[in-house]
Amino acid sequence: MTETSAAIAAETAGPDTAAQGALRDYLVLMKPRVMSLAIFTALAAMVAAPGSVHPVIAVTALIFIAMGAGAAGALNMWYDADIDRLMARTALRPIPRNKVPPEEALAFGMVLSIGSVFCLGVLVNWTASALLALTILYYVFIYTMWLKRRTPLNIVIGGAAGSFPPMIGWAVATGGVALESVLLFIVIFLWTPPHFWALALVRSRDYERAGVPMLPVVAGKDHTRTQILVYSVVMAVAGVAPSYFGPGGMFYLAVSALGGAVFVGLALRVYQRREGAAADRAARALFAFSIFYLFGVFAALIIEQALGWV
Amino acid sequence: MMATPDAERPLVLTEEEKRRQRIRSLAIAFALAALVVIFFLVTIVRLSGNVMNRPI
Repeated sequence: MTETSAAIAAETAGPDTAAQGALRDYLVLMKPRVMSLAIFTALAAMVAAPGSVHPVIAVTALIFIAMGAGAAGALNMWYDADIDRLMARTALRPIPRNKVPPEEALAFGMVLSIGSVFCLGVLVNWTASALLALTILYYVFIYTMWLKRRTPLNIVIGGAAGSFPPMIGWAVATGGVALESVLLFIVIFLWTPPHFWALALVRSRDYERAGVPMLPVVAGKDHTRTQILVYSVVMAVAGVAPSYFGPGGMFYLAVSALGGAVFVGLALRVYQRREGAAADRAARALFAFSIFYLFGVFAALIIEQALGWV
Repeated sequence: MMATPDAERPLVLTEEEKRRQRIRSLAIAFALAALVVIFFLVTIVRLSGNVMNRPI
């Protein structure tokens, strides 16, 4: 369920489901879709890492990684409530709808942040905990508070926050950081700009109204299309690298190569179709496929390990 | 120090505020219970590994 549809469902719920509505508001505050991406990529890295993790430790780690990601989301919504009100995509979030008071969102995010980092450290290991703390701090301070409203490079540099979960998952399994986990970080890092810029092409008026300097607003849509194509090509190449240097095998190579080729093909279509509904359709197609691509390559890592193909 | 009019008035929660408070209390209780279970399970897992590997 999307944030918007969840919010509408909560709005239209009867009094008997009011409790569920309140809980749903807090769930929406944690950005469940971002949280699911963090959980999934951390799980994939945990599975692909050498050695084995006890299932109880693995589940525990995933719970606190999810909590940490949700905490960062709540703090982001607390800080960005003023601009969220101005954009159609975010206007139905719990704070702009006055469903959750800002001070409650702040307290919720702080408690979850401190709790998740502490529990991950005590129950799993302190390397994973430190990486989770870095992720939350980076997302809240570097991306949300510093970059987002100041530079069109906001999601290029800020995208690192969303790239840390595989490194956390790897650290859960091995207790450390390795080249393989850094490669998985790089894949998500390079995937983030074309993913968000495809969305920004369609939603540029929203960002303009809110004063967020996304690339299409500041540098224009044509320049954004060029950047999307360049990043897509680099990402497609980096996407296959884990099969040579890292945890991926032949199946991963096939999935990432095929996925990367389709990704670049769709980015090329975005580059070529610059006017009207066709341009919007091309950008939406790239945005939708980019999510599928990321889930696909990380699912390939899990499938390889599960079937013993590595 | 002079007390403000708000400070003199007793705090009376509205029905909506009471409902939110009740839901929040239940959610916190549930989260604490879940934490107790998680800490117990992880302790058992870590302890059993160390017992098996202890020097004899």
